[in-house]
Amino acid sequence: MKDLHTITTTVNGKTYTREAESRMLLSDFIRHELGLTGTHVGCEYGVCGACTILYDGHPTRSCLTLAVQANNHTIETVEGLTTDPNKLHPLQQSFQDAHGLQCGYCTPGILMTMKAFLAENPNPSETEVREALSGNLCRCTGYQHIVDAILRMKDEG
Amino acid sequence: MKPAAFKYIAAQSLEHALTLKAEYGDEAKFLAGGQSLVPAMNLRVAKPGVLVDLNPITGLGFVESRIKAGLGIGNWGLARDDNPQSLILGAMTRYRTLERSAEIAAQCPLLHETMPHVAHPQIRNRGTLGGNLAHADPASELPAVMLVLNAQFKAQSVRGERWIAACDFFTTIFTTALATDEMLTEIAIPLPTNSDASRTRTCFMEIARRRGDYAMMGVAVSITLNAAGVCTDAKLGYLNAGDTPVLATQAAQALIGQTISDAHIQTAAAIAHDEIQPPGNMHASVAFQRHLAGVLTRRAIKEILDFRF
Ligand SMILES: Cc1cc2nc3c(=O)[nH]c(=O)nc-3n(C[C@H](O)[C@H](O)[C@H](O)COP(=O)(O)OP(=O)(O)OC[C@H]3O[C@@H](n4cnc5c(N)ncnc54)[C@H](O)[C@@H]3O)c2cc1C
Ligand code: FES
Ligand code: FES
Repeated sequence: MKDLHTITTTVNGKTYTREAESRMLLSDFIRHELGLTGTHVGCEYGVCGACTILYDGHPTRSCLTLAVQANNHTIETVEGLTTDPNKLHPLQQSFQDAHGLQCGYCTPGILMTMKAFLAENPNPSETEVREALSGNLCRCTGYQHIVDAILRMKDEG
Repeated sequence: MKPAAFKYIAAQSLEHALTLKAEYGDEAKFLAGGQSLVPAMNLRVAKPGVLVDLNPITGLGFVESRIKAGLGIGNWGLARDDNPQSLILGAMTRYRTLERSAEIAAQCPLLHETMPHVAHPQIRNRGTLGGNLAHADPASELPAVMLVLNAQFKAQSVRGERWIAACDFFTTIFTTALATDEMLTEIAIPLPTNSDASRTRTCFMEIARRRGDYAMMGVAVSITLNAAGVCTDAKLGYLNAGDTPVLATQAAQALIGQTISDAHIQTAAAIAHDEIQPPGNMHASVAFQRHLAGVLTRRAIKEILDFRF
């Protein structure tokens, strides 16, 4: 017997209402029900950070959140960073300029984590950036260019 | 990996949650931050039939400092008679609130210093103090810190409420003194009075392969000195050092009653090295964990005596 719930949630400023089983993870809800596949799924037990989204403004593992827990809450995913397909969000632009990604699998989770981090701490030291990155694994870059991309945001104010 | 099917109930109030837990018993689990429970469900290590979500309940997360009367029970240590002022923390207080709380930074520097070591920022945005303590992972930082702080835990059920001392709460790995129908609702930390006659200082240190990972070894230390500089109380708490968080009481005896010298510190570290029972794992052998405990014990006591008084 399916335990179905009606979920009304605001994602990137748009309100959706969908039915979902209680066992559905928020990561799967975002990707499969809403079709927003920018949020990536790596480990599904909280370790890699690829699935990080903003839940009521705070970076959160969508694989450790149930879809029903999004009911009446606000979600932001990587697709919400920019509305203009020809213009990247400044943080995305900085990643491109500093070569902060290779395969890009980890990137959406890092962008969402860093958006909130920079809002709270606009002038971070390199150590603070590295600490803020501790919950995101990247198998390609060796992190150096990711750190560069984030530190560049300081210069641009 | 996805969780097995379960029934989800969003609790509307504390009473509602307690009634559901009394009704469903072991079949039901409370969902707090979900940062330990949901991974366990995704891995199918946990398959609860019913999840009672505590997140919709307002008022279970808070930080306040107040006089906690009538609590002089059990091992009340530092605060016993002369100082019933306590820091009271709601079970659903999230790590992000604890780590940013000016009140905790001022009143309980040990907890403040520990928070950045607990998991990663994204996990700290959701994880709760109550969920952590109820999970009772001996490798976690917070149970060991609560032992050193002499914390008391409030357990509530439809039958009523009771307070449990931290030293009686953690019974074995992932197991607490909470009954099936009980919820951990508040954590009370007695605050030491710092005067010329008696001053208490603390320190937390751990060694992890990567910041935010579970540590290979960690120690929380609290030292109280009287006006003459003699140690009147010492507590040494270790994580990842046994089936529960561990207080090395024999090692502490090497410090109590002494004007602590390097020789006393060496002795305490050597006793702690043998007194703990670390499990060992692929990241650190038992011998390496014991070695780290000795090193951290020396460093933390030195840090307190040299820089924190
Ligand atoms: C990648 C990663 C890294 C981590 N690293 C660390 C680390 O370094 N150190 C560390 O300490 N932890 C770490 N954690 C675990 C994290 O701290 C958890 O948040 C915490 O252990 C559980 O808290 P929670 O609020 O998420 O509880 P939940 O996962 O919701 O619940 C845990 C258990 O406690 C029960 N429970 C919850 N609340 C109550 C209550 N009020 N009364 C009774 N029972 C209750 C639940 O039913 C469940 O059985 C990590 C987690 C992840 C995913
Ligand atoms: S998929 Fe969520 S943390 Fe890895
Ligand atoms: S760019 Fe490939 S995982 Fe980070």
